[in-house]
Amino acid sequence: MRKKHWIVLLVFGLFVLACKKDNPLKEEIEKFLGFQKPSNFPEPVYKFANNEVTKAGFELGRALFYDPRLSRNNTISCGSCHIQSAAFTQHGHDVSHGIDDRLGTRNSPPIMNLAWNKAFMWGGGVYDLDLQPITPITTHEEMDESLDNVLNKIRAVPKYTVMFKQAFGSEEVSTARFMKALSQFMLMCVSSNSKYDQVMRKEGAVFTADEQAGYLIFKDKCASCHSEPLFTDGSFRNNGLGTSAVNDQGLYAVTLIQTDRYKFKVPSLRNLKYTAPFTHDGRFLSLDGMLEHYNSEVKDTPNLDPLLRKNGRLGIELTNTDKVKLTAFLGTLNDEAFINDKRFSEQ
Amino acid sequence: MKNTNIIIATLLSVLSISFAGCSKKDNPAPEFQETNLAPLSIEFDNIVGARTFTLNNTGSPYKNAAGEEFTISFLQYFISNIKVETAAGKSYTVNPDSSYFLIKGADKASRFASVKVPEGDYTKLTFTLGVDSLRSTMPIDKRTGVLDPAAGGDHENGGMYWGWNNGYIFFKYEGNSKVISDDANGDPTGKKQFKYHIGFFGGYTVPTINNVKVITLDLNAAGIARVRKDRASNVHLFVDLMKVFNGKKPFSIAEHPNVMFNDFSSTVAGNYADMFKHDHTEN
Repeated sequence: MRKKHWIVLLVFGLFVLACKKDNPLKEEIEKFLGFQKPSNFPEPVYKFANNEVTKAGFELGRALFYDPRLSRNNTISCGSCHIQSAAFTQHGHDVSHGIDDRLGTRNSPPIMNLAWNKAFMWGGGVYDLDLQPITPITTHEEMDESLDNVLNKIRAVPKYTVMFKQAFGSEEVSTARFMKALSQFMLMCVSSNSKYDQVMRKEGAVFTADEQAGYLIFKDKCASCHSEPLFTDGSFRNNGLGTSAVNDQGLYAVTLIQTDRYKFKVPSLRNLKYTAPFTHDGRFLSLDGMLEHYNSEVKDTPNLDPLLRKNGRLGIELTNTDKVKLTAFLGTLNDEAFINDKRFSEQ
Repeated sequence: MKNTNIIIATLLSVLSISFAGCSKKDNPAPEFQETNLAPLSIEFDNIVGARTFTLNNTGSPYKNAAGEEFTISFLQYFISNIKVETAAGKSYTVNPDSSYFLIKGADKASRFASVKVPEGDYTKLTFTLGVDSLRSTMPIDKRTGVLDPAAGGDHENGGMYWGWNNGYIFFKYEGNSKVISDDANGDPTGKKQFKYHIGFFGGYTVPTINNVKVITLDLNAAGIARVRKDRASNVHLFVDLMKVFNGKKPFSIAEHPNVMFNDFSSTVAGNYADMFKHDHTEN
């Protein structure tokens, strides 16, 4: 009798084990890979040791990113001005369009490859991704809310209680956890699957003749600021835009150092197809307009970048053929997979 | 003989008892041990010149050296990095994780910075007005309590964090004065408000203005702090807000009604560094 019992139990046990085996396979397919550095990219700047990206953290960050509760009257989410189809910019808006139809003074920058960013905002002032979201949340023209109140609103939503617990082990909603979750989502927004990347990684893609010629012009005339593979060196420079009506002085506003007047962060050239208009105040509606600026419209304002004053000439000479080829090359930096990646969409 | 012996013995014992009594009264400084911690508080008692600190006392406004009448509507400042030193030069710095305090004019209970330091007799006190650059650049996890960027709500409600320029407002001092113009150089809302929001810790990557002020006070004259486990030593400071206007470089409210993020912030910070006076110590 006893032996029989044991045998029954043993068989049952084996059966359970057999059943369990099935599940890991399913998990394998849906496995969350976390943050992965593209092989043609340098080491990221962000300190992942302090905030390891997990599936639960990423999903919480995504929920927060698309949650209008982050704004005073629950109308504006991060995703309102950072739209995925526009490579996380606000396509068609020169300056960001926020709460109560208020307008800011700067163009909404892309949420893309932020793990490699040393500084945030067009004019600097923020140097840690984990502190960046405070700016749009508290800015009068953007979300016009206090961080304190956002956290209170989040605490009252049952969905988040569960998500914070899954992501951080307990239900506590703290500033640090809120920021880290948002960072996890934004860090995952890596754009690295453009044709350019595929060419560089030797994945079978090949540049056309124009693209190749454009690449050479790019390396000669653009790469000193828009350095590969991120297409920005992350520095702040005055590219001769000429002062705007609001006299935005860029980096100077946060450092008060005279030599920082009119310097703005060098933007990446990735995904230009989706991110027009261009420059910190979105004054150029097309790539043509932007290229012509460098060719003939550079203004000699204080702290103009020395690279834009060569051989007694302002700007960078670009012939019409140069522009055609350059445009062809810049087209290889558009990453369709990135703007269509379901993982980054509102769920 | 016997009697004398007895008398001497009695005298000696009486003497020794009285000595013991004396030494108890003196309570000699115990050996300085970093682990032998006892409570010490520093009281930041706000005053305005020769008068007590009162918010919005429009009936009897204060008057600065420039002859301008003003009232105070808001006051908050950060005190951090408390350090004490004995006459023998032994010093102790409070663990930075529990050495940040926000003194609020509207909340009397917030005037004490309470810390733990080793038992000892302290003749020197050092603290920072503001948030040092190390703490100002720390990861988000380290920004808890008064340093939580969410603390205090928005800037109308006592928030002390600047989002657009990663850093804390060290000293936030607001009020009203009839001398303030209604144009863009004054207060266009017509409320005749002055606002001094002083921050700037020296920059993340490149050096910028540094308004972090380290203040050292000699406690000898007004009373050293005798820190013991069985008592609560309190170093009572007067913090004279009038010094903001009448300090090293006096300035007029009418000329500088708004000082936040500009070069003049250094002048204001230079003035407020002299606000602190040690009045007495309660041991």
